[in-house]
Amino acid sequence: MILDKAADFDVRKYLRLEMMPHFLCPGCGHGIALRALLWALDELDQDKDKLAVVSGIGCAGRLSAYIDANTFHVTHGRALAYASGLALARADLRVVVISGDGDCLAIGGNHLIHACRRNLNLTCLMLNNEVYGMTGGQVSPTTSAAMLTTTTPLGNSEPSFDACALAAAAGAGFVGREVTYHLPKLKELIKAGLEHPGFAFIEVLSDCTEIFGRKNELGSSAEMIMRQTSDLRPSAYRDTVEAPFRPNELATGVLARNDRPEYGTAYRNAARAIKAAAERRGGK
Amino acid sequence: MSAVKAAPAAAGAMQLISGNHACALGAIAAGCRFFAGYPITPSSEIAERLARALPEVDGVFVQMEDEIASMAAVIGASMGGVKAMTATSGPGFSLKQENLGYAAGAEIPCVIVNVMRGGPSTGMPTRPAQGDLMQARWGSHGDYPIIALAPASVREIFDQTARAFALAETYRTPVVVLYDQTIAQLTETVDLGHRRVAPFVERKWASGPREEYRPYAADESAIPAMARPGDGYRVHTTGLNHAENGFPTQNADVVERNLARLLAKFERHREAIDAWQVTSCEDAEVLVVAIGISARSATRAVELARARGVKAGLFRPITLWPFPEKQLRAAAARARAVLVPEMNAGQLRLEVERILGGKRVQGIDRCNGEPITPAEIAAGLEELGVRS
Repeated sequence: MILDKAADFDVRKYLRLEMMPHFLCPGCGHGIALRALLWALDELDQDKDKLAVVSGIGCAGRLSAYIDANTFHVTHGRALAYASGLALARADLRVVVISGDGDCLAIGGNHLIHACRRNLNLTCLMLNNEVYGMTGGQVSPTTSAAMLTTTTPLGNSEPSFDACALAAAAGAGFVGREVTYHLPKLKELIKAGLEHPGFAFIEVLSDCTEIFGRKNELGSSAEMIMRQTSDLRPSAYRDTVEAPFRPNELATGVLARNDRPEYGTAYRNAARAIKAAAERRGGK
Repeated sequence: MSAVKAAPAAAGAMQLISGNHACALGAIAAGCRFFAGYPITPSSEIAERLARALPEVDGVFVQMEDEIASMAAVIGASMGGVKAMTATSGPGFSLKQENLGYAAGAEIPCVIVNVMRGGPSTGMPTRPAQGDLMQARWGSHGDYPIIALAPASVREIFDQTARAFALAETYRTPVVVLYDQTIAQLTETVDLGHRRVAPFVERKWASGPREEYRPYAADESAIPAMARPGDGYRVHTTGLNHAENGFPTQNADVVERNLARLLAKFERHREAIDAWQVTSCEDAEVLVVAIGISARSATRAVELARARGVKAGLFRPITLWPFPEKQLRAAAARARAVLVPEMNAGQLRLEVERILGGKRVQGIDRCNGEPITPAEIAAGLEELGVRS
């Protein structure tokens, strides 16, 4: 039933079909994440003219170009900062940010923690495929321990970030994680994030089959995605490689939520109050 | 703009304010409704002024987490259709360069104020310098056009900040307002009586049917009309080299055509972009070329030199980039030698030498945080006047 419903959603109405074929590799999970986002927007009856999508650099960053909306493909790591300016200047727009693990957590890490703290009305999708795919497969802040990348030929010896724990600790209004395997659940999570009045951080566990999967002999894309069950047992990968894929037992679903005031609304309310007080003093 | 004449003094509205204060007032007068910044000496007063002033005009002020984010937020606000500005000093200006290049390449209007302090690196935060002239022109990677304005007084900071918005909007470009710490924190009595009529210029917005709109197609003006989010055009904006439809391309012919338009886009508008001031240049045998506080000293130095019989003149570029080349050549027509006093190791001199190829050009370079005095410049003029 659920799958039928997913199939019923015609993704084409939100895509720039003239941009097809897209440039993602066969088996890449990013397309599923994009479908989930567009499905969630459709269920919210999102007016495409009032939708702005801001993305950074990397494979995830290229997704904005495929969305039939006001799209901005900006500099590496800075999508949240551009989006903050856009959302503050144009409160009438729905602003969505699409970022990758390197874009969002490494070069853009400072903007992420402050976007969480500021709690501006933005929805940030971080597509985590554990690797810098666009540049050929270098280690990223979320690469699991011992995994091979072009810059960790001895196996990754840095611990990986738990991005959701980071976002929650920094005060994001809404934090959630889901795998691409569960498309309807992912759609629901994104929808909840879009509806949250404040900063929503959603980590999508995607897969990079071509580069990361191949290098680590993680199997076909279907195998990689099928193993992304919601509780993400690392043991699933122990059959394939000696070192576990995603050894952290990353929880999924809504992981944190608070009702702190949304920054833009709070700012505008304060400005209105000050203006009103000034007008009263001026006897107007 | 032709050679700038002093504005006639009007009655009333006299204020004693600093250069940074004038900058904030000029921005508001020109329609700036968004400011993102990060604290840095000696520019912070601009942010502090605008933090109070912007909410009063339904604008937005935000202090971002760093210099890079400030530049990004300003471009983001401008992509939303709002006139936007940031202000910084040398270290912050360095950090902003990548996004500044994005604004130049994607043709997003914005204003960046750089209050110059001593460098390199952290340098002397509370001392003046003029060391960012070349960075203002070439600071970001690749080839791109840019406009930089170099006011020399508190009043001119007001005027040129306001003008920066008009130029940014009209030509879809980042505009840098470049002035040194001395005039940033100098207080002068200024008459801002005409500030309500400061230029309030809107960029050219896309109109007509969506099917026919091409985001980077331009008429003979070379300036494409911009689509405002929400107006139904739903375009893509990218820092990648793009085709007229806004989407990335690596087609050599298409990239070349768009970049050729971009790089030449100010050329047919030079009459409006160029601004300069000439003082006593008609018969000048020795010419001073200077900006900012150095030009203030040079103005007095020309008087001192003339009193001692040296036919001296001053050429002051107000639009620094693109440099008013032909105006400099005209001003230097009779000059046998040129003196360039500046608070750096010779950046302006390089440009003057290039433009006046073959003419004797001498510099007074100053990098120690002390402004160059009128007497020092006058002595240089006398020496050149005798020897040339």
